[in-house]
Parts: sequence; C-alpha cells; structure tokens
Amino acid sequence: MSEINELYQQVILDHNKNPRNFGVMDDATNTAEGHNPLCGDQIDVYAKVENGKILEIKFKGAGCAISKASASIMTTLIVGKTVAEAKGLFDDFINIVTADLSDKCDTLELGKLAVFCGVREYPARVKCASLAWHTMMKAIQKSELDNAPVSTEDMEITI
Amino acid sequence: MHTKVIKSIDVESVRKQFPILGITVHNKPLVYLDNAATTQKPLSVIDSMDKFYREYNSNIHRGVHKLSQLSTSKYEKSRQTIQGFIKAAEPEEIIFTKGTTESINLVAYSYGLMNLSTNDEILISHMEHHANIVPWQILCQKTGAVLKVIPINDDGELIMEEFYKLLSPKTKIVSIVHISNSLGTINPIKEIIDAAHAVDAVVLIDAAQSVHHASINVQELNPDFLVFSGHKVYGPTGIGVLYGKRAILESMPPYQTGGDMIKSVSFERTIFQDLPQKFEAGTTNIAGAIGLAKSLEFIDSLGIENIASYEATLLNYATEKLSTIEQLKIIGTAAHKSAVFSFVLDCAHPHDIGTLLDMEGVAVRTGQHCTEPLMKRFGVPATTRASFAVYNTYEEIDVLYNSVLKVIKLFS
Ligand SMILES: Cc1ncc(COP(=O)(O)O)c(C=O)c1O
Repeated sequence: MSEINELYQQVILDHNKNPRNFGVMDDATNTAEGHNPLCGDQIDVYAKVENGKILEIKFKGAGCAISKASASIMTTLIVGKTVAEAKGLFDDFINIVTADLSDKCDTLELGKLAVFCGVREYPARVKCASLAWHTMMKAIQKSELDNAPVSTEDMEITI
Repeated sequence: MHTKVIKSIDVESVRKQFPILGITVHNKPLVYLDNAATTQKPLSVIDSMDKFYREYNSNIHRGVHKLSQLSTSKYEKSRQTIQGFIKAAEPEEIIFTKGTTESINLVAYSYGLMNLSTNDEILISHMEHHANIVPWQILCQKTGAVLKVIPINDDGELIMEEFYKLLSPKTKIVSIVHISNSLGTINPIKEIIDAAHAVDAVVLIDAAQSVHHASINVQELNPDFLVFSGHKVYGPTGIGVLYGKRAILESMPPYQTGGDMIKSVSFERTIFQDLPQKFEAGTTNIAGAIGLAKSLEFIDSLGIENIASYEATLLNYATEKLSTIEQLKIIGTAAHKSAVFSFVLDCAHPHDIGTLLDMEGVAVRTGQHCTEPLMKRFGVPATTRASFAVYNTYEEIDVLYNSVLKVIKLFS
C-alpha cells in the first residue's frame, strides 16, 4: 500500500487520533462554521484575535481523517501568527493540495504542510483537506455581521 | 403465487459479458460493489447502441425514409419490451424519460399541480431518496399541500402502524421507494398500495432499486405510477421509465411541450398527441431506449428470480463474514432486505474507508447516498455502502472483507 502511505502518513494518522487544539472556546472573538455537503463533514473554528494577531485557535467537528488532521495541523501552524501571515499559509496550503508542487514536496521548504502533498492525487479528497482552512479564513476575516456558514460548495477550488 | 424453480447463476459466464469487469484499478483487479449507484453494462447493451449509431441512426416518428422507419420501429419495440418486463397492460402506458428523477418530477408537476390543493397531503417515508422528497416539497410549496413522512424503526423498516395513522381521506398521493438504496429494505408495497387506494390516494412506486432485483407485475401490484432508471438495471444512462395507468396519464396535462408531442399547431391553438408521445416532447434518447430494452432482455435471459436468489446468497455471505468484525456496525437490518450492505466503522470515517478500499481496487459508495434525512435518523454522518449485482462473486466479498481489515489496522 505504498500510495496509501503518501496520503495517510503517520503524521496525519496521529493528528486524526489525537487532534491538537480540539474543543470549544467560550471566549472566542471570531468563529466560523464550515460544512461539506457532499460528505457531511462539519467543523467549527474558534479564534481569539487581538490587534491583528491570532492568540488562540481551536476547532471542533466531525469528519474524516484527512479533514480532522488538516484542521489539527492548521491550528498548530496558525496560532501566534498575524492575520496576514495566516493568509499566506492558507495560500500555500491551497497551492499544495491543488497545484503541482511536486518538486517542492521533496524539499523541506514546505515544513509541516508537506504531509498534504499526497492529497493532490485524490481530487475527491481535496475538499476534505481544505475545509478547515477555508473555515479558519472565514473566521479570522469576519466582521460581526457576517455569520453565514461556509460551504465547500461555495469555494472556488480548482481541482 | 406460483413457485419457480431457482436455477443457479453461472457467474463466470455472466462476467464474460461485461467487458469492464476485466480491468484493473491501482494495479488491482476491479471489484465493483457500487451497483446501487449504477450497474455495469453487458456487451449486448453496448453493441445494440453501437449498432444504432453505426447502422441506422436517424430521428424517430419524423421521416418517411428507410432509416427513420427502422429507428422508429426499434424504439417502439423497446417500449413493448419494457411493457412486457413489468407486465403493463399496454405499451402506451410506458413513457420514456431521462430516469427516475425526471419521472417523479413529471408526475409531481403534471399530475400534482392539476390535482392538489391546500391541506391535501402527500405521504412519503423517512427512507426516500432526495429524488422522491424534493419534487413533492416543491409541489407542496406551490399548492399549499402538506408533506407527511412515515417513520422507520431502528432496523430501517417502515413503521406500518404509523403509516395507517397518517393515511386519511386528506392523503392524495403516496410516493414510496420499493427497495431503499441506502439500507436495502424491501418495503411492503402491495399492502401500501391497497391501503392508499382505500382512501382514494394515487400511489407512485420508486422502483429504481427494484426492477432488476425483484419480479414486478404492475397489473397485480396495481400502483398508479412506477418509475425506474435504465442505468441501474444494466442499461445506459439518460433513459428511464414512467409507467402510469392509461386513464390517469390521459387525464394529465403535458409536462414539457414542443416537437413530437403535438398533432397540430397553429399560433392560436395546439392539439397534443395521444399517449405516449404526449409526454415525450422533443427528440428522445433513442439509443438509450434501445439499450434499455436490451438490458431487460439480459435480465430475462438469466431469470429475475434466479438473479434475486443469487444476490441473496451474496448478501448473506457478506453479512455473515463482515459481521464478525467487531468494530463494524451494519446500517439497515430489515428482515426483508435486498443486495445492499451499508456499514460504519468505529475507527474510520466512510470517506477514508472509501479511499482505502479504492486502493485495493474495491469500488464502493461512501457518503449520504442522497438520503440525508435517513443518515440523520441513524445518527451517522455517512455510511460506506457495498451493493451487489448478478456478476459479483464470493471472492470479491472476501476482497472487501480483507480490505476492511486493512483499514482497521491502519486506523487503530
Ligand atoms: C431509490 C432511488 N430513487 C431515485 C434515484 C434517482 O435515480 P436517477 O439519478 O437515475 O434519476 C435513485 C438513484 O440513486 C435511487 O436509488
């Protein structure tokens, strides 16, 4: 099952089993809800944002291993970053799972995100991997008035 | 009922008729267990459509030329084959549509808009496919009618007591799935049809998952409408059937209008064709109709009772074998069940299971199977569904079993 190991790497299996920053945050300043109607995956992202900086971030939800691990890893990368830096990571992530970065995937340049290089080979799973990231972006960019949940069906992902 | 001698299916010779079953996926032999989504097609179906396009492609009911006569006669013969297959009284009661979804929409719009009004009731069940929910919802919005839902028990069976409580003189339409695509439950449709007729409701049977698994005689069963799709019965996509009783179809206005369905048109007035053309506006899927007839002939060549009995042994084998897996829970444990095996695992999400099985060459469906209310009823976000057809084997179920064990190993 060599190809499988590319998708279900140990890191992903570990984050799936022991998700980091998992749970509700009562004093969140920003929250958003994400939903993938195709498979029923659902996620809530909570963040504490002050002066443009993400001080804390948590998530809760039900989903497949790819979506859960992706959410968990996302929180570990985003915490402590500015909103602008988070946007940069978001762009990197979307590139990794949708565009051909195979040369970069072999280097260390991508850091923790490199475990998602395998996802691109499974177009049906790209939405699983990106749900948490889209929801995070929605949360941190959001003003009080804007409370509509994000859906993978509204996303502009080119597969 | 007459008793039929059940003949065993020579599965190897059946498999030889399906070219696609010889392919490999991720370097593993294809194990195709997604038959409730769509079945594979035998050579006879593929060849009949190929022959149409190569040798006599032409429009029907329109030309005096040789090819047009040939295609018209083949198209109408296909209608007769379908009539014979479901034992309809007349070929005019067979309307070609795009499939189950369009057939239900046709009835909802044409029959429904004409006959329903405020506070009338439409009765469906909790296990319906979205195709048998949404058109009725829209009809309710347009007419003020009310949608009522027959609940199901934890085994995935209709609670018939509740059905009888919901049924009343207000009930105008009862629309029920014969065999559930997500659970495999076989519903007691004869009882439902008779009870609905007793309160003068019309009954539509969604037979998308049943015409290829169970013998159907519409004159005995007596539904007012019965619908199915070609692609689920070893036939092509883009073709399906609406069976309706002549008197009811004749009372209904056209669903779509245009060419081929009119007797005469002037700018003042149009006279519609008689059945079945009245409901077949525009150029229809001629090759599809021809292919569909061939797929039903394929089923007849094996005998539907023989197919059903073979599939039952496959389902039993799968149920016995996979039930031994402790983490596995079967969703849908009705006493009367067809060749659908839906399950969840404690340790893995259906999406992960689907991807991992795919790597082993095993094609299954994962997700909500277009039955979101049903998934909520069972408290699961989605399931993994293996569904069997006449060409599946015990060995393929062994591959499924071993692949599920691999998934569990990876996730625990
Ligand atoms: C029970 C049932 N009803 C309706 C449908 C819709 O059929 P189609 O998509 O061919 O119109 C399906 C197909 O998934 C089904 O299984």
